Amino acid sequence: MATSAMFILDLKGKTIISRNYRGDVDMTTIDKFITLLMEKEEEGSAAPVLTYQDTNFVFIKHTNIYLVSACRSNVNVTMILSFLYKCVEVFSEYFKDVEEESIRDNFVVIYELLDEMMDFGFPQTTESRILQEYITQEGQKLVSAPRPPMAVTNAVSWRSEGIKYRKNEVFLDVIESVNMLASANGTVLQSEIVGSVKMRVYLTGMPELRLGLNDKVLFEGSGRGKSKSVELEDVKFHQCVRLSRFDTDRTISFIPPDGAFELMSYRLTTVVKPLIWIETSIERHSHSRVSFIIKAKSQFKRRSTANNVEIIIPVPSDADSPKFKTSIGSVKYTPEQSAFVWTIKSFPGGKEYLLTAHLSLPSVMSEESEGRPPIKVKFEIPYFTTSGIQVRYLKIIEKSGYQALPWVRYITQNGEYEMRMK
Amino acid sequence: MTDSKYFTTTKKGEIFELKNELNSDKKEKKKEAVKKVIASMTVGKDVSALFPDVVNCMQTDNVELKKLVYLYLMNYAKSQPDLAIMAVNTFVKDCEDPNPLIRALAVRTMGCIRVEKITEYLCDPLRRCMKDEDPYVRKTAAVCVAKLHDMNPTLVKDQGFVELLNDLLSDANPMVVANAVAALTEMNDQQTVIEVNSQMVNKLLTALNECTEWGQVFILDALAGYTPRDERETQNICERISPRLAHANAAVVLSTVKVLMKLIDMMPADSDFITQLTKKLAPPMVTLLSAEPEIQYVALRNINLIVQKRPDILKQEMKVFFVKYNDPIYVKMEKLDIMIRLAQQNNISQVLSELKEYATEVDVDFVRKSVRAIGRCAIKVETSSERCVQTLLELIQTKVNYVVQEAVVVIKDIFRKYPNRYESIISALCENLDTLDEPEARASMIWIIGEYAERIDNADELLESFVEGFHDENTQVQLQLLTAVVKLFLKRPGVAQALVQRVLSLATQDSDNPDLRDRGFIYWRLLSADPAAAKNVVLTEKPLISEETDLLEPSLLEQLVCHIGTLASVYHKPPSAFIDPAKAPLRQINPIPTAKFGSSLLDTSSATNASRNGSAPTVIPSQDQVIADLLSLDLNAPATSANTGGYGASMSGTTSMGGLDDLLGLGGDSMPAAPAMASSNNPFDSLAGLGMPSAVPAAQQPASIGGLAEIFGSGGFGASSGYTHPKEMWLDASKAMGMQVEGTFVRRNGRISMEITITNRAMQAISEFALQFNKNSFGLIPVEQMDQSPILPNQSKNFTIVCDTSGPVQVTTPLTNLQVRLIYKM
Repeated sequence: MATSAMFILDLKGKTIISRNYRGDVDMTTIDKFITLLMEKEEEGSAAPVLTYQDTNFVFIKHTNIYLVSACRSNVNVTMILSFLYKCVEVFSEYFKDVEEESIRDNFVVIYELLDEMMDFGFPQTTESRILQEYITQEGQKLVSAPRPPMAVTNAVSWRSEGIKYRKNEVFLDVIESVNMLASANGTVLQSEIVGSVKMRVYLTGMPELRLGLNDKVLFEGSGRGKSKSVELEDVKFHQCVRLSRFDTDRTISFIPPDGAFELMSYRLTTVVKPLIWIETSIERHSHSRVSFIIKAKSQFKRRSTANNVEIIIPVPSDADSPKFKTSIGSVKYTPEQSAFVWTIKSFPGGKEYLLTAHLSLPSVMSEESEGRPPIKVKFEIPYFTTSGIQVRYLKIIEKSGYQALPWVRYITQNGEYEMRMK
Repeated sequence: MTDSKYFTTTKKGEIFELKNELNSDKKEKKKEAVKKVIASMTVGKDVSALFPDVVNCMQTDNVELKKLVYLYLMNYAKSQPDLAIMAVNTFVKDCEDPNPLIRALAVRTMGCIRVEKITEYLCDPLRRCMKDEDPYVRKTAAVCVAKLHDMNPTLVKDQGFVELLNDLLSDANPMVVANAVAALTEMNDQQTVIEVNSQMVNKLLTALNECTEWGQVFILDALAGYTPRDERETQNICERISPRLAHANAAVVLSTVKVLMKLIDMMPADSDFITQLTKKLAPPMVTLLSAEPEIQYVALRNINLIVQKRPDILKQEMKVFFVKYNDPIYVKMEKLDIMIRLAQQNNISQVLSELKEYATEVDVDFVRKSVRAIGRCAIKVETSSERCVQTLLELIQTKVNYVVQEAVVVIKDIFRKYPNRYESIISALCENLDTLDEPEARASMIWIIGEYAERIDNADELLESFVEGFHDENTQVQLQLLTAVVKLFLKRPGVAQALVQRVLSLATQDSDNPDLRDRGFIYWRLLSADPAAAKNVVLTEKPLISEETDLLEPSLLEQLVCHIGTLASVYHKPPSAFIDPAKAPLRQINPIPTAKFGSSLLDTSSATNASRNGSAPTVIPSQDQVIADLLSLDLNAPATSANTGGYGASMSGTTSMGGLDDLLGLGGDSMPAAPAMASSNNPFDSLAGLGMPSAVPAAQQPASIGGLAEIFGSGGFGASSGYTHPKEMWLDASKAMGMQVEGTFVRRNGRISMEITITNRAMQAISEFALQFNKNSFGLIPVEQMDQSPILPNQSKNFTIVCDTSGPVQVTTPLTNLQVRLIYKM
């Protein structure tokens, strides 16, 4: 049913921290973990779940450590994986970079956290802001010893009472990432928008918030079908949002955590014209040289501008002596990732730019066959959402009746934005 | 200053030094010392010698220090049980501390100290903590009950903790409810301590809206084990949990999917409600594919199940399974599997162009699987076969060794599916004969040559070249080569006379592989005895190959869908495979309320005693026979694995499994648990050990049956039109490799008969039934055997087996217990 023990290992598989929750696994089995993983990787069948005799390891890798959960029964793997990711999140709130050294440096607090976040293999409180209220790095005297904050067990387990701000403000960022995959002949195979509404909340007391979006389902239900609205295919909410309320009347109502958090994410697969389109023509003269002509087109409205555009064009790993010519931006050859990067600081809508590149190839072909990585594009377009989503209102109600200012920003950026090469 | 300094003390006499520091008067020094001890413990050094000194530090007013000491205690208490008792007093005292944090800490830690002596002292403080005013303490105490149950289940029952836990389900605090339900579910997994009923479900559904994300998972997982009473309740649960599909936590989403998938099955299939509900399922699953790669992997493994169970849900979503360049390999492989499952006429061209793209990547395993997938598409979607074959030919032109080999293997399957359609490509295949070095590819090529021997002019030369190195070949290739040469001989006797003799003698005389020899001899006899018959046998029409591969057995699929998100669903193995053998479900005795029938029961049993005719044959097979049977299966097996077409050796034999000697004291209600264990573990293990290929051809299910009481009870009335107990589920398909048995006992014209309905939910026909009753209290035995005609997949058949009471008598507890064995062939 639940995790029997948790381990934090270094890259060589040596235990840095271990916590035995149920006493039903042999704590030395973990020594087999890394060999097992190597074996599986060699076979090409490495998966995030491994089995050694009757112990199962469920694990994630983060920077230079492994977080491993050992279990014996038919556990809920999804829960364990989510929990491991949550651990990383909480640790990073406590000591920023979660890696081998910082784990060693903070082992006392990690033990305390592991004790509080999981009991007998069942995940418990994992809200870092609440944990920070009663698990601190400095040991305290019993007289003023911390008590479990009310929030630990409250229905509102993510916000403590008695928060005060002189100036009450809320910042809303609507960030849309565009995932796109295009084939070598220029057809768009897949395109979707993954949006996220991030908030930074600096509000006094226990405020009740209501967010209004131009959600199509809501508009049609209330007879405003004609106004511009967006059909969200799937929505995911932070646990503070009342899901049953949303299910009945699409109202997004919640008591927010304090500080920064992701309120919701959404996904839609409406086919949109790729925002930045790359056309390439490549001439390969094997054993001597390869030349590229790259055309980059911006296909969004003229009044918007994409910032920090990076176009990453992969080249054969044994290419050398690059020569580039372009009218705009700068080009850098990055042999460590077998690519060159064309950077354009500001790329207005409806424009088209050209780049030509020549690289030499060695006369001897390398024996290893190389994969064909796709072209990738990175960009940011401020004040613009691809989906057309808009925040219509953010109502803030608190019993003291203060006025609070909501600030809204929109931005569209690249997600996995890939175009396969011929 | 960081903690890492504590790891660096490796001087000599370290333990001694630590001992001194632990006993220091200075609090700061003490704390530093405990930290050093914990650091040593963490890196695996044995610091158990310091046990008394560390325990001495337990009485402190410093919470951090207390926690560290507790941590030490949890680790070493087991190795020093006598010393651990020293700590009990402090624990008990801490359980009454004014600070709830300390109370909870004490009860939490105490539960983790797995020392029997301490358990006794735990009960009182635990009981108090379960009624503590602070929810933080109560939620910790709830989990502690599960800890105690893990060590001593009887103690938990005797001390009334189950009832206390049940009370916590009505607690005002959602987190307490969530932990209580987690504890109860865990205890129920081992042994039913409390039945989940509809009042409980209502409480859980209320708490669901308010508790933490993890609490929601506990509640949903508990709901997955509940079967609603009627359609209205089912619908109500669905409505109340479906909003959880919009939760940000993947575990909440998948657990919701699990409960919904289970409940959907219980409602009429074509209702609007179901249509609406299934529509809601697809988007959240697609969103999971943007999660972290590990979670994506789990989601994909589960989507694989869902696609098999309800193909409609995701049929429009093909594109989201397209592989991205940077996906980890394990995600790529799973996506490919799902692409093949979703491939159909309207999306096949997209799928094919993707697969072709993948086949030119660099990861060998992924490329191989992609090539194989192209073959699967050809077989699955007939209209696309032409294009698939063309694509495969193009790939063969690339001359990449492993691509060619994989292509040959799948082309063989395409030939089998569409005979006489693509022979024109054989010449292209033959060009690559030399590059084939993997057994499977060589065997496939040889099969193609043998199958089309009459159209390949130089078939004899080609086969001869293989025969040259006969002894160096893998068995798979040898077997195939033998068959191919025989085929060639039957088709073109003129050219292969010498070759066939040579191969037969190589196989029968020079080989020490029994499979090969046996097959050689069979061919030899066939050919010499009756060449016409040989032709009929060897060149017979082959059965169609199935369109879908790797489909799970329906009963297993059914089971796995109820365990979405768990290890079982990731490995596609039955959940029972993950049960900790040390904690296997306890066999339970549910006494049947016999008061009503009491007197008549006694009457009947005395009557049976009187009418008993002594020497009934003993029907329980002995251990030796069992082994003999298994061996005979093993010998038969290779004949079926050879795809010579005509053979399909008939297998008979019974496998007997666990429970031979344990006439389980099972009442009617508790029947499924124990037989399920027996059937899923023992036969597979023992068969695998003997080298069986895959399917278990014969299975035998012990089933114990309640409800006899009524039969004998009604004897008093002696009426033929008396009450007939409706058929009950005796054996569920998921527990018996697809065979489902429902039955009842009736009394007609003064004779007792057993009426059963057998439903075949497996994928093959089942036949050759044999029935036996184990010794029972009434001497009941069947007097006739069952009808022998086979039951085809998804059919059911009724049997009426007349019984009498002339069998051997052995009193069972409860008296009305009867164990029936049904043997069948699959």
